[in-house]
Amino acid sequence: MTVAAEMLDPTRYASLGELLEDALLTFKTETALIEVDRKKETRRLTYLEARREVLRVARLLADHGVGPGDRVAMLLGNQSRWLTVAAAAFRRGAVLVPLDYKLSAEEQARLLAHAQPKALVSEQGLLRRFERLEARPSVPLVFDVEEDWDALPPEGAEAPALEPRAREDVATIVYSSGTGGVAKGCMLTHDAYLEQLRGLMARFPMRSGHRVLSILPTNHAIDFMVGFVGPFSAGACVIHQRTLRPELLQPTMQAYGVTHMALVPLILEGFEAAIRDSLAERPRWARRMFSVLGGLNELLTAAAPRPEVSRALLAPIHEAFGGELEVLFCGGAFVDRARAELFYRMGLPVVIGYGLTEACTVATVNDLRPFRGDSVGRPLDGVEVKIHAPGADGVGEVWIRGRTLMKGYLDEPELTKETITADGWLRTGDLGWIDAAHHLHLVGRRKNMIVTSGGKNVYPEDVEGAFDALDVEELVVFASGYLWPRGLTHERLVAIVRPKRENGARPSRDAVLAQLRAHNRRLPDHKRVGAVLFWSESFPRTASMKIKRDALAEALRDAGERELVAL
Amino acid sequence: MSARADAVLDRLLALAAERFGKAREALAPEDDLFDALEIDSMQALSLLTALEETFEVEIPDYEVQDVRTFAELAEVVASRL
Repeated sequence: MTVAAEMLDPTRYASLGELLEDALLTFKTETALIEVDRKKETRRLTYLEARREVLRVARLLADHGVGPGDRVAMLLGNQSRWLTVAAAAFRRGAVLVPLDYKLSAEEQARLLAHAQPKALVSEQGLLRRFERLEARPSVPLVFDVEEDWDALPPEGAEAPALEPRAREDVATIVYSSGTGGVAKGCMLTHDAYLEQLRGLMARFPMRSGHRVLSILPTNHAIDFMVGFVGPFSAGACVIHQRTLRPELLQPTMQAYGVTHMALVPLILEGFEAAIRDSLAERPRWARRMFSVLGGLNELLTAAAPRPEVSRALLAPIHEAFGGELEVLFCGGAFVDRARAELFYRMGLPVVIGYGLTEACTVATVNDLRPFRGDSVGRPLDGVEVKIHAPGADGVGEVWIRGRTLMKGYLDEPELTKETITADGWLRTGDLGWIDAAHHLHLVGRRKNMIVTSGGKNVYPEDVEGAFDALDVEELVVFASGYLWPRGLTHERLVAIVRPKRENGARPSRDAVLAQLRAHNRRLPDHKRVGAVLFWSESFPRTASMKIKRDALAEALRDAGERELVAL
Repeated sequence: MSARADAVLDRLLALAAERFGKAREALAPEDDLFDALEIDSMQALSLLTALEETFEVEIPDYEVQDVRTFAELAEVVASRL
């Protein structure tokens, strides 16, 4: 029997490359990576085997002249090779540019043109989408992990040395969505990541033997930490499956006894449905029993989670998820309080946090001691959070300061200056207040945008164009949390419509609604408008006839949201 | 379109029609599948699961994210056969 090595101490390393190399050597025979499809396990690598893969990819990168400071773009669905390729890039001292594989091919091509990487690592299904484009991305080295894998330099080829990097060097450029097509490439340093890792792992330590199911895109800040750097620094195992369909995820959780997962509220909703279905199938006396046991569990875990107690009390529910779940990290969007509380009642702790790409991964997170579903948690050690210019109710803009903040936006010094103050505070654009226990509560947004339950940022201005053909006098789209800052768990896009009046007759609202619904259906789910507000006054406009959004928003705030019609 | 994709398309249309209660003849290859079947993206993923079972392939969710028509979906499935 081997004695599990301790989690690596992030303060001992100068770069992610160094930390990952040490992890690969330290945890040798532990299982690092497992890949499954719906029927079977397709790959399994120990840390040593993963290291061999890292060295082969690093050799390839070195042979193509990719070295310190060069950019390596990743456009890859979640899979074990995402992690080994990223580790290889860091070994070369390169800057990783993880792109969102869920964006359209046009958007991805635009970001590639902006980032100018020396290499692009991708896969057939995603590369094929570029073929339809008029302007295809031009990158010196394009490596397809499916087609080109066997052509990697063989094992035993001379391993390129680990390139030293300083803490303040840029480790990644992560694109955060901006409005109006501005590419906002957040430059995050090795120091930001190592400091974030330290803060997060102090609150939620991992160890070898933990099994993390990585389903959120690894290019996203949360999974990069919870599904890659975190588990690797602790010798834990990361499991990949290329789907988000709950019916396919549950068997994997059961087969591998998954202990940790990062997810978005939308997936949590799917899990809740699965729990309710399994309860509904049981006789009434059993459902009543579960309700009593849930209450008992709540009582016994009031101060802190006690997984062994919860599992014993609520075995059937736990078994549905593999019986070993310890923590569900939920971020990207705002978690419904009642849902988080329901999960906790069932003994499945949902950890709610708050962060932005500009601040690495998370700035505040709940610590489960005790569990609270009403806040987004306390600041991590080393992170300062304050409310700027609070009103009488204590609500103001959330500002964040600390080592985890980005260095700035790539090639956008002006935008960087607008976002980070001279004394280092990041203006988040979110509205909130801090309670006596130092927990942050978010109530709305200063910027006109929503984050969907799937974790996507959507800017209303980018959606309005889809309704150009609508037969109305005027239409504008707002984010609900911007107009009415009263909580963000059900934020949605709201269309403000001034219908046409013909010959003085009252326009038919039903006709407008039918048109809106038809146009809505053509939009991707996350960009759909959720509600309509009919408005009878002309929209305020500037001399150049642009809608004065601020003035209109002010009028709408005063009018309230009583007349909203759901779409 | 390749002969393989044609064969996939044929079975795909039959499967989709049956699953969502439409007449097979009412569905055309270039139709927007969301409109023709009156389904949302979650239902489209369940169609994908059914296709994977029929053709014994595994298709990552994200490969079908910008697919709109039956013909495009058939191409993606065929490329994995």
